[in-house]
Amino acid sequence: MTDQTVGSGGLPGIASAANESSKRLAKRHAAERRFRWYGIAALLFGLGFLVILFTSIIGKGWTAFLQTSAHLEVYFDPKVVNPSGNPADRDELLRANYAKLADEALYKVIGVDPDNRKERRSANKLLSRGVDTQLKDIVMADPSVIGEKRDVWLLAADDVDALLKGSISRDTPEERRALDNQQLGWIDHMVEKGLLEKRFNTGLFVYGASSYPETAGLGVALIGSLFMMMVVILLAVPLAVAAATYLEEFAAKNRISDLIEVNINNLAAVPSIVFGLLGLAIFINFLGLPRSAPIVGGLVLSLMTLPTIIIATRAALKAVPPSIREGALGVGASKHQVIMHHVLPLALPGILTGTIIGLVQALGETAPLLMIGMVAFVADYPSTPMDPATALPVQIYMWATAAERGFIERTAGATMVLLAFLIVMNSLAVYLRHKFERKW
Amino acid sequence: MSNLTILAILAAAAVLAYLVGRYRSVQVSNGNTIPTHSRPSYHGAYLAIWTVIPALLLLTVWTAADNPVFEYFTAQQLPAAYHEQSDAQQSLTMNVVESIAEGLPHLTPREDEILRKARYGFVTNDTAREVLSENGVILGSAPEPYVIQAAIYLADLRATARLVLPAVCFLLAAGCFFWAYRNIAPALRARTYVERTMTAGLFAASTVAVLTTVGIVLSVLFETIHFFQLVPPQDYFFGTVWDPRFSAAGSGGSEGQFGLLPLLWGTMYISLVALLVAVPVGLFAAIYMSEYAGPKVRTIAKPLLEILAGIPTIVYGFFALVTFGPFMRDAGAAVGLDISASSVLTAGIVMGVMIIPFVSSLSDDIINAVPNSLREGSYGLGATQSETIKRVILPAALPGIVGAILLAASRAIGETMIVVLAAGIAANLTLNPFEQVTTITVKIVSQLTGDLEFNSPQTLVAFALGLTLFVITLGLNIYALYIVRKYREQYE
Repeated sequence: MTDQTVGSGGLPGIASAANESSKRLAKRHAAERRFRWYGIAALLFGLGFLVILFTSIIGKGWTAFLQTSAHLEVYFDPKVVNPSGNPADRDELLRANYAKLADEALYKVIGVDPDNRKERRSANKLLSRGVDTQLKDIVMADPSVIGEKRDVWLLAADDVDALLKGSISRDTPEERRALDNQQLGWIDHMVEKGLLEKRFNTGLFVYGASSYPETAGLGVALIGSLFMMMVVILLAVPLAVAAATYLEEFAAKNRISDLIEVNINNLAAVPSIVFGLLGLAIFINFLGLPRSAPIVGGLVLSLMTLPTIIIATRAALKAVPPSIREGALGVGASKHQVIMHHVLPLALPGILTGTIIGLVQALGETAPLLMIGMVAFVADYPSTPMDPATALPVQIYMWATAAERGFIERTAGATMVLLAFLIVMNSLAVYLRHKFERKW
Repeated sequence: MSNLTILAILAAAAVLAYLVGRYRSVQVSNGNTIPTHSRPSYHGAYLAIWTVIPALLLLTVWTAADNPVFEYFTAQQLPAAYHEQSDAQQSLTMNVVESIAEGLPHLTPREDEILRKARYGFVTNDTAREVLSENGVILGSAPEPYVIQAAIYLADLRATARLVLPAVCFLLAAGCFFWAYRNIAPALRARTYVERTMTAGLFAASTVAVLTTVGIVLSVLFETIHFFQLVPPQDYFFGTVWDPRFSAAGSGGSEGQFGLLPLLWGTMYISLVALLVAVPVGLFAAIYMSEYAGPKVRTIAKPLLEILAGIPTIVYGFFALVTFGPFMRDAGAAVGLDISASSVLTAGIVMGVMIIPFVSSLSDDIINAVPNSLREGSYGLGATQSETIKRVILPAALPGIVGAILLAASRAIGETMIVVLAAGIAANLTLNPFEQVTTITVKIVSQLTGDLEFNSPQTLVAFALGLTLFVITLGLNIYALYIVRKYREQYE
C-alpha cells in the first residue's frame, strides 16, 4: 500500500523519474533485441544466399545429366558405308556418310517420304549432328555390322532435348518456336512408341569440346584437371612440406627466415590472376613450355597452393607436443631422426588435411589458367601433360560464355560436377581431421 | 639421349648406390655395425648423394646454358655480313638457322646430302628450301649458303652434345661413386653429411616462395617496362580513356589509348559495393556467433558460412550471369529502374557475398580475443549486451576488424572470375550503380586471351595492369597483416 501511495502521488518527481527510467530501460532492451536480430538476419542472409546459390544451380543443372536419345533400327547399308566391299579399307569407312544411315532409319519410324526434300530436311533436324560419329565408332569398332541391322540409341538434337525437358514451350506460336508443328507431331509419335526418351547422359563425362551442346562433354576437362592435380601433388606437396619443416624445425630466428615467412604470408594473398601472368611470362615465354598444356597449369597452380599447404603443415607440426621431440632426443636420436621418425609421421594427418584443402583451392581456380591459354577448343583426349587440354572450371567458363541455350544446362551440370568433387574432397578432409585428431 | 632418360638412369643409380653403400658399410665393419659412427642406411644415403647430386647439378647447368652457348658459337661461324646487321635482322637470321637446324635431323640421308651440297653452291638454294619445306621447315625465302652452313654446324654441335652430355654425366656419377665408395669406413661421419645435405634441401625448398615473389615481380616488371617504352607512363596512369584498339598498331592515329583511371574506378566501385554488403553482414554475423550464439549454433553456422569462401569464384560468376543479373534487371524493370544485367550492383553484391567469410571469420577470432575482463567490467556498470558490444568490444577490436576488412578488400580487388562473367566490358567512368563498369582483372583477361603478340602495347598493357594490381593488393595485405599482428600483440 505504501508503495502505491508513494508511487501514485507522494513524491511525483521520483515517480516520473522511475517511469522515465523504466521507459528508457524498455528502449534499451528493445535496442538490445533489435541488435540481436541484426545478427541473426546477417547470418540468415549469408546462409540464405548459399541455399539460393545451390538451388539455382541444381535446378538449372540436374537436367544436364539426362540426354534425349532416339532408339532406331539402323541398317548399315554396304552401299553407303563400304561401296568398295572391302572392310579393311579403313579410310573409306572413316569417310562414309553415316548421318544418312541414321536419317533413313528415322524416316521409316516417322513415315517421311524419302522423295520429299522439304520434309526430309525438317526430319533431319531431329537428330544430333553427333550421330555421324556415334555410328562411325560402331563400325570402326566392329566392321562386321556392315550389311546388318542394329538397334542403337542415337543422340537427339538439342532442340528436341530442350522440348522434352520443358525449356521450349509448346504454347509459343509456331513461327517463333524452334520446332514447327510437324516436327512436334513426329516427336510425340516417337515418344508414344517409346522410341524417344531421356537417358542418363554419359556423354557429359566422356565427350570433348564441341560446338553442339548435345555432343559437348567434360572428358578433356576432367583429364586436364586430373593431370594438373597430379603435378600439384608431385610438386607442391613435397616442396611445401620441406619448406614448412625447415621453417618450423630448423630455421634460426633471423632476417632470412623472417623474409621467407613474410613472403609466404603475402604470397597467399596475391590475386590468382597474377600467378597466371607469372606462368605466361616465365613458363611459356621464357622456358618455352607449350601453351594450353596441363603441365604449365599444374606448375602455376603449384606455386599458388604452395603457401596454403605450407601454412597448414606448419600448424600441424606445431601441434606435435615438445615432449615427443624431447623424448626422442633423450634416447639419442639426431634432430633429423626426431623429425623424420617421429614429428612428421605424427603430423601426417594434419599435413594431409592441408594438402586436400590446397588441392580444393587448385581444382576450383580459373583465372590463372585463362592466362596460360587453357581456354582452348580441345576435342581429343590429352595423352600426356604436355598435350593441350582444358580444366573443369575453365570448361565451365567457356560454356557459360557460349551462346546456345543447351549450354546453360551443361554449364550448370558441369558446375554441379565441380562442386561434387569439392564437397567430396572437403568431406574427406573433415573426416581425416576427426579420425586422426589427437588430444595430447 | 633425352634429359628425361638421363634422370631416370640417375634415379636407378641412386637406388643401386644406396644398396651398395649399405652393404659396404656392413662389410667394412665386419658385420658389427654398433661401433660405427653412422647406421648402414646413412652410408647408403651418403653414397647415393655423392653419385647423383654432382651429376644432377651438371645436368641442370648444362641444360640452362647450352642454347645460348651454342648460338654464340654459331654466330661466330657466320660471315662478317651477319655481324654488320642490326639486332633485329640478326635475330631473324638466327631464327632461320634455328629452324633449319631443328629440321636437319629429320632428313633422309639423300636430302641431307642435298643440303650439304647447297652450302657450297653445288645445288641451288631453292632446291634446299624445297627439301626443307617437305620436312616441315617452312622458310620465307631461299636460305643463303652461309645460313645452311651455320645450321649444319649448329645441328652438329647439338648432335655432339646429345652424345657428350650423358657420357660426361655418367662419368661424373661413376667417378664420385668410386671416390665416395672408398671413403666408407666405420669412422666416416656419414650421418652428418647426409643430414647437412637434407637441411640444405629443406632450405632450398623454403626459398621457392621467395623465388616465386621475385619471379612475379621481375616477369611483370620487365614486360611493364617494355610497355612504357611504347606508351608514355603519364598516358597510362592519368589517361581517362580506355580504348586499346586491337587493329594494326603503329599506324599513327589508330594507336590505342590505355588510360588506367576508368579501370581503376570500376575496380574500386565494384569492390566498394562488395564491401558495403560484406562488412555489415560479416560483422554482424561475427558478433552474433561470438557473443550471442550458443556453441551448437556456432559449430554449425560457422563452417556453413565459410563454405561461401570455398565455392570457386567461377560458380559465383555463373550464378551472377544466369540468375542474379537477370533477376536484378527484372526487379529494376518492375520498379521502373533501368538496371543493366551486368551492372556494378550485380557484380558487387555477388562478390560481397563471396567475401563475407573473410570479414566474419577473422572478425570472429578478433572479437573472441578481446579479454573477458572488458566485457565483465561493462556488465558490472549495468550496460546491456549490445551496449557492451557497441561501446566496449568493437572499439577494442576495431584495429583488428579494420585489418580484416582490408584483407577482404584486397580479395575483392583481385577477384577475377565473378567480374569477368558478371561485370561489363565497357570501361565507363560512371557513378551510376545500375550501369556497367569494367575492372583491371577483366581487362587483363581480355587482353591476354586469343592470339598473342608480345611486342604490341595491346598485350603488354596486361602486364602493366597486373603490376598495378599486384602493388595495390600487396600494399593492402602488408598493411592489414601489420595491423592484425600489432593488435594481437596488444592483448597477448
